[in-house]
Amino acid sequence: MRGGGGGREEFGLSVRRVPRSHLQRAFFQAWLNEKFAPELLESKPEIIECVVEQLDHMEANLKRAKRGDLKVSIHRMEIERIRYVLSSYLRCRLVKIEKFFPHVLEKEKSRAEGEPSILSPEEFAFAKEYMANTEIYLKNVALKHMPPNLQKVSLLKSVPRPNLDSFVFLRVLERQENILVEPETDEQREYTIDLEEGSQHLIRYKTIAPLVASGAVQLI
Amino acid sequence: MRTLYDRNQADVSEAKSGRTDLIFLIRFRHCCLLRNQRCILAYLYDRLLRIRALRWEYGSVLPNTIQFHMSAEEVEWFSRYKKSLATYMRSVGGEEGLDLTQDIKPPKSLYIEVRCLRDYGEFEIDDGTTILLKKNSQHFLPRWKCEQLIRQGVLEHILS
Repeated sequence: MRGGGGGREEFGLSVRRVPRSHLQRAFFQAWLNEKFAPELLESKPEIIECVVEQLDHMEANLKRAKRGDLKVSIHRMEIERIRYVLSSYLRCRLVKIEKFFPHVLEKEKSRAEGEPSILSPEEFAFAKEYMANTEIYLKNVALKHMPPNLQKVSLLKSVPRPNLDSFVFLRVLERQENILVEPETDEQREYTIDLEEGSQHLIRYKTIAPLVASGAVQLI
Repeated sequence: MRTLYDRNQADVSEAKSGRTDLIFLIRFRHCCLLRNQRCILAYLYDRLLRIRALRWEYGSVLPNTIQFHMSAEEVEWFSRYKKSLATYMRSVGGEEGLDLTQDIKPPKSLYIEVRCLRDYGEFEIDDGTTILLKKNSQHFLPRWKCEQLIRQGVLEHILS
């Protein structure tokens, strides 16, 4: 089929095992969630792999295309946009890893067998190297010159934890019932709320953290 | 810190042998020591965070003026951090890896206006045409081709 549909076939956009719209939606969801969550979220290696594969595919197709074709510019723009979102997502994760490195590593170490990992293997290696690097530096510059009983410092205690009580905006994707909200002050008592699909809320991150992981809400 | 510690140690040994009124002094000195340790570590850690920010702003090679202000251990930390980051960036994103220090802002347009800052010579763009990059010449070029040269300082992005 020539024309619009044929043009898309040419760029291999409809030849995907995962429908492209699903991948894009999941990818953008993961990006926004990661941006607005105060802690490091689960790593999504499958999404990243698919997106990277798609980018490579689009680049390869562009190289083969006719020069001066209008479609080239449009697809080039799309490649740039996807690459920006991918970079932004990975950068956001790296910043969080570096900010909370002892806690992230501790969480990964104490993870149960079946639980999903919050770090990809490469991120784990990066986090370990960062920790070792910082420890060696602090030891060589300061700690080894200090009196004997102060030469160790617990990075787990000194580096601040992510603030899970910070408020986040969210949109509800799947209806939830009976979410327990803990009281903020002593006068209040804990109460339950129902989340209607499509509604938007401003709530403490800790209350809805498991819902973000399961995909029932989207941070905005 | 050493002085505080030595004095404390002397008092600890005295306290062990029976003088309990020294305990408060010992505890006070210990608190001072802990506070000093915290201050020192906070200062050093803050410097590390700034050096890390430099890698993301300036790239792999730091200007000499900045390197002059860094201690030898900081330079070593920086080079180890650089290597660690490079390994990570190479592992993500296909065959060549994905340079995460690019694409900091969302792309607004495909082509950008650039001015050449120094003589570079011939430059070929995608559709085969070559452009002569002479000092102070202005061109309208595709963004992704220019990014590399902008970082090297050969081209300058003109914001109208």
